[in-house]
Amino acid sequence: MSSTGFELLTIIEKMDVLKIATAGSVDDGKSTLIGRLLYDTKSLTTDKLEAIEKTSKQKGYDYLDFSLATDGLVAEREQGITIDVAHIYFSTAKKSYIIADTPGHVEYTRNMVTGASTSQVAIILIDARKGVIEQTNRHFFINNLLRIKDVVVAINKMDLVDFSEEKYNAIKSDFEELMGKRDYQEQKITFIPVSALKGDNVVNKSQNMPWYSGETLLDHLEEVERKDIYNVGTPRFPVQFVIRPKTEEHHDFRGFAGKVYGGELNVGDEVVALPSLTRSKIKDIYFYDKKFQTASRRSSVTITLEDEINLSRGDMLVKAGDLPAIEKQFTATISWMDSQKLSPGNKYIVQHGVNKVLAKVDNIHHKINPDYSGIDTEVDGLGMNDIAQVRFKLNKPIFFDKFKDHRTNGSFILIDTQSNNTVGAGFIN
Amino acid sequence: MKNDTSHINALENEAIYIFREVAAQFEKPVLLFSGGKDSITLVRLAQKAFWPAKIPFPLMHIDTGHNFPETIEFRDRLVEELGLELIVRKVQDSIDEGKVKEESGRYSSRNALQTTTLLDAIEEFKFDACIGGARRDEEKARAKERIFSVRDDFGQWDEKNQRPELFDMLNGQIELGQNVRVFPISNWTELDVWSYIAAEEIEIPSIYFAHMRKIFLRDGLIWSHSDYVYQEEDEEVLERMVRFRTVGDMSCTAAVFSEATDIASVVQEIRDSTISERGARIDDKRSEAAMEKRKQQGYF
Repeated sequence: MSSTGFELLTIIEKMDVLKIATAGSVDDGKSTLIGRLLYDTKSLTTDKLEAIEKTSKQKGYDYLDFSLATDGLVAEREQGITIDVAHIYFSTAKKSYIIADTPGHVEYTRNMVTGASTSQVAIILIDARKGVIEQTNRHFFINNLLRIKDVVVAINKMDLVDFSEEKYNAIKSDFEELMGKRDYQEQKITFIPVSALKGDNVVNKSQNMPWYSGETLLDHLEEVERKDIYNVGTPRFPVQFVIRPKTEEHHDFRGFAGKVYGGELNVGDEVVALPSLTRSKIKDIYFYDKKFQTASRRSSVTITLEDEINLSRGDMLVKAGDLPAIEKQFTATISWMDSQKLSPGNKYIVQHGVNKVLAKVDNIHHKINPDYSGIDTEVDGLGMNDIAQVRFKLNKPIFFDKFKDHRTNGSFILIDTQSNNTVGAGFIN
Repeated sequence: MKNDTSHINALENEAIYIFREVAAQFEKPVLLFSGGKDSITLVRLAQKAFWPAKIPFPLMHIDTGHNFPETIEFRDRLVEELGLELIVRKVQDSIDEGKVKEESGRYSSRNALQTTTLLDAIEEFKFDACIGGARRDEEKARAKERIFSVRDDFGQWDEKNQRPELFDMLNGQIELGQNVRVFPISNWTELDVWSYIAAEEIEIPSIYFAHMRKIFLRDGLIWSHSDYVYQEEDEEVLERMVRFRTVGDMSCTAAVFSEATDIASVVQEIRDSTISERGARIDDKRSEAAMEKRKQQGYF
């Protein structure tokens, strides 16, 4: 094989993707940090780099304004702020990275919850001059609520506090105090002192902080392994689509297409179909035109069963003896994302995976201050960015697990029946 | 080796999941097919999503009339081999009907005119979901695009009022008259697409590989010498080994000098490249916000 051919194979086999959420307040230097990651991994292309150099010069900066690498929309360039979730891509020899850059102001809760829901690692930024502030509490609260397994606390702008170890330690111990209050204790937290502007401990090890012997941000990300980022649960297989080709060659083919969540499924497994509770066995597992013995977690496969049973979109296959809750009501932590209020009695569509049911707000237990202040408030409605415990009644049962046991089968979105917009996210208790 | 599906990469699983959501949530989806590598990749992913059934929606090509002939030959062969339905709507017809006006001069292109033809076709066929091959890594405004992106009656994108997308739940609920643009390979990079084409041994049009072509140079870009491309008299025609990184219509796609004649060397070249893909798209050079403006007006 030619050397190019060999190289090609390693690229193809790589294709391991790590999604990262970022959280920081305005001016904590989030865009600069991302720009620095891109710059030092040589991911900024010549034309983008030239554009950054040109604009930085026009603005009269004596350094490169990396935030320009990420702030995409016209309004953002005009106001110098980030207003929506942007996705940034870069890769190293080891893996590909997707960063969800979420803004730190007005709709921050909504955007952070959204970004965190699709990410496996979160980076929380702290300005070393300001230390742990109320915003930090919120950022941590949300990443903990979303049960992100791996969180990096990047203490930024170390250059502006003379790379002081005392300052770093003080901020670290303030943050550790917060950690005692978190609900999801198993979450792994790593502290790294950085200067995004000067490039200390982002990709390259800092020469200015000899007292820090830990890893750089990129080193940390490179070492996060796939097995470490997903919580293993029980296999759930929501039916997305029924494939019936009705061709001569595949006359009797009746395949259930979907993605496997939580655990793996094997040929021969005894399964139960929900909601009918009919039992059968897995006959074949297909990915495209090939048969496999095992459907691994998060793979999009097509399953056929030994018996002819009726299944349609929204139904679920689970292993016998491993049933989820089958209920017409539940209580969930809701992150509200709409300007119209959520009030008791309101009706919404609950989209739970690929299943949709009509739901009515039965009761708002209390609003949670997402800052570990421990202050819960009695409210009669929820506004944009509110987080609260809400009880729902459904028009038919859904098949769910608690969010803490199953990230996929324990979450849902709320859809407004009038506007069709996605107005909230929920995590079942 | 264990006979399981864990080797299948996350991006492919995600794209297949998205295709199945489209088929389940919409009544009249269509796959927008340009003959470029991204839309060819989409076709392969759709095949995988629905096998052994056929792809349950047609392909549609918005034809500027200024195509590379290699792309059209390729398109017709692919459609025939897979037994798919192909709809073609021509920008020339929109011009003839007086709905759009041909641009003139040095930088004239039919690229922007496609929007009208596309919106008319969506209305004609009552398509409620249009699947496209756009990727977030291509361009800054696209980095904010959702996987299911709702367009209003006028095909417009309201970037400040987008639906949040949580976990992998896709909300495709729309009102009559609205449609959704769907981007199954949103999270792929250019290198991911090329690696996939190599791994899957997917056939692509020959213009993606290095070949001798008559070209001329302008503004540091390599333009095809063709009847469709405006050329000044003092712009000298040269013959060089080039290939294309993206394939739009001839008037808006610039070539790169290359010796890469097979897929392995193309992948290698992309890896080593320091010019981003859209650096060779003349339509984006018009202004910093070129793409964002076109998207608001209903472009792909």
